[in-house]
Amino acid sequence: MTSTNYINADYGIWSWLLTKDHKRIAILYLVSITLMFILGGFFALLIRLELLTPAGDLLAADTYNKMFTMHGIVMVFFFLIPSIPAVLGNFLVPMMIGARDLAFPRLNLASWYIYMAGAAFTLYAIFTGGVDTGWTFYTPYSTAAANTKVIPAALGIFITGFSSILTGLNFIVTIHRMRAPGLTWFRLPLFIWAHYATSIIFILGTPVIAITILLVAVERGFNFGIFDPKLGGDPVLFQHLFWFYSHPAVYIMVLPSMGVVSELITCFSRKTVFGYGFVAVSSMAIAVLGFLVWGHHLFVSGQSVYASMIFSVLSFLVAIPSAVKVFNWTATLYRGSIEFAAPLIYALGFIGLFTIGGLTGVFLATLGFDVHVHDTYFVVAHFHYIMVGGAMMGYLGGLHYWWPKISGRMYPEWPARIGAAIIFIGFNLTFFPQFLAGYLGMPRRYHMYPPEFQVLNVMSTAGATVLGIGYLLPLTYLLWSLRYGKAAPANPWRATGLEWQTPSPPPTDNFATTPFVTEEAYDYSSVPEAELV
Amino acid sequence: MSTGHAGVDTRGDSSAGARAYAHQFDSAEHQHGTAQLGMWVFIAQEILFFGGLFLAYTVYRFMYPEAFAQASRHLDIVLGGFNTVVLIGSSLTMAIAVHGAQLGKRWMQVIFLLLTIFLGCVFLGVKAIEYGHKFHEHLVPGPNFRFDGDAGHAQIFFSLYFVMTGLHALHMVIGIAILGVLVWQAARGAYGRAYYSPVELTGLYWHFVDIIWIFLFPLLYLIGRH
Repeated sequence: MTSTNYINADYGIWSWLLTKDHKRIAILYLVSITLMFILGGFFALLIRLELLTPAGDLLAADTYNKMFTMHGIVMVFFFLIPSIPAVLGNFLVPMMIGARDLAFPRLNLASWYIYMAGAAFTLYAIFTGGVDTGWTFYTPYSTAAANTKVIPAALGIFITGFSSILTGLNFIVTIHRMRAPGLTWFRLPLFIWAHYATSIIFILGTPVIAITILLVAVERGFNFGIFDPKLGGDPVLFQHLFWFYSHPAVYIMVLPSMGVVSELITCFSRKTVFGYGFVAVSSMAIAVLGFLVWGHHLFVSGQSVYASMIFSVLSFLVAIPSAVKVFNWTATLYRGSIEFAAPLIYALGFIGLFTIGGLTGVFLATLGFDVHVHDTYFVVAHFHYIMVGGAMMGYLGGLHYWWPKISGRMYPEWPARIGAAIIFIGFNLTFFPQFLAGYLGMPRRYHMYPPEFQVLNVMSTAGATVLGIGYLLPLTYLLWSLRYGKAAPANPWRATGLEWQTPSPPPTDNFATTPFVTEEAYDYSSVPEAELV
Repeated sequence: MSTGHAGVDTRGDSSAGARAYAHQFDSAEHQHGTAQLGMWVFIAQEILFFGGLFLAYTVYRFMYPEAFAQASRHLDIVLGGFNTVVLIGSSLTMAIAVHGAQLGKRWMQVIFLLLTIFLGCVFLGVKAIEYGHKFHEHLVPGPNFRFDGDAGHAQIFFSLYFVMTGLHALHMVIGIAILGVLVWQAARGAYGRAYYSPVELTGLYWHFVDIIWIFLFPLLYLIGRH
């Protein structure tokens, strides 16, 4: 029964570490980013434990600064940004377009090694004293004041950036050049559109953070003065350069998730996606608009009020393509034949949490309101709704949906549904109280707080515990399924899409013959049920 | 979407070495065009990489035009001008090497690639001499920086000067290393009419690095001289 596939095609550690197969490289990434997620989660655990009481009793102030800094650095640069693109994207982009591999397989492997090299630098910084500048590395704090391991941490981020750039380059070129015959742009799965948009941000945004973070390292290491106010340098210039990348980086995290959700909604409502063209183009619109809104992070940094007004309006505009997606997903569900499988529960969770995160983003883009809640827990709650509620739900939903394809095994459905529900509940219990605390004026990045905020913080810590258990569940049963799960058929969800037309797990070359595409994506109506099975 | 299987079956063709292109491509032309697109996308990210520096330069020159002009006069226009000529010359030899590869002329490639490497090394040597002078004149930013005039703002200028030219030089070092590999491969006869992508792509990269210098030279050396 077991035929040759990408997993059993070759054995031994070197067959993995020197592989050029995009599917195996996806697995390498999956293992690496899971370990980074556990590390980042550990820092989050310490943060939440400290905030259980108003007094600074568990961690000293300096230690606490390091915890939230390293939580941010690990989660943003080493988990969220590579999560969907490097794991699911790597695995699926070639399969969805009917290609045998990415355009540049060796470069793809190099990306993983670059990621690991960057991770090594940053882990060195973490384990030899840590870093406490906040994940934003604001100058002059990062260049002159902090006496922690800023340079190795910065270099780690600099290096890892090139792994993202090369992944983005590979995706762009692959999507342009490697599509199967008949697979025109507007027949592409929405997952591909989302990854194309994400890759553009990788290419145009990441180099800017790379040079910026390098300037910080140079200023710190060689006493150069580019952001140094003593010499007439402008620390706000750092903030502009930093957010020119780091705001689009939020879309790097959430766009691939939106791509996943588009796939999940249409499959589990057994309908073609409502307004395909609008959903596809809205991904591109988010990528483009995302580059024009960075100034909304600088409303209280002394930016000109006219610039702030323009950035505010441009930030509102991002709500339009985002809302297009939410409404179109909802319209897709309407009168669909809905099956509440675990991936769909994640997708529905995504829609709800992303909507809250997105709408509070519109609040924050409003000048007067932002001045009130700037640097409070309101902001913390907002971006966790997008980055954890959005990106993470999409990642887990996608991981479940394609797990049969990746591993060749079915995950157990009921534990997965329960896990998804626990994560949804735990997430809201963790972060919704933070909206309230922030609105009431609790600032972020302090290890102590006035006693009146304790109830909300206890709720948040309790929620984080539930959330932690929720994350342990999939980790456990997905590993369990590798050995004990039911063998997966080629197309367990009766889904459309080229990746389901080849065995699970796929052979090394993906397809026995190059597919020939004759129809639109997600055409669930015209295909008889029998043919799908 | 339902699919037929009318596509070309390429799996029978997978024996290593049986063809001049990698297994994920359909033809040598497919591979060549794809590699070209890859290099252009890479150059796009390079533009943004240097773009951050050009932005910082623009902001500070706008803020401190006098100090920038003063500081610029401390750069050696003769050495800088000489290097500009050297680098443009290296782009010419690079272009001839690419032409040689396309024609399948092995020694034409090798000779002109070696010339390109030579000119690249001349550029770096002159750059090192210039850096040495700046070091002796205490114009390297940091505690030992000495400057008659607006020292703080001049230090920003020299910080940008060293980072921009330093990163440019780093790109040249990488380019020279790649050219070294190309010389070795070209001498073995690896490139010809059918397959010359590596030479052409390295050429694209080399010209790009050259163009960066074409912007750096006037912005750094010539602003105080009118």
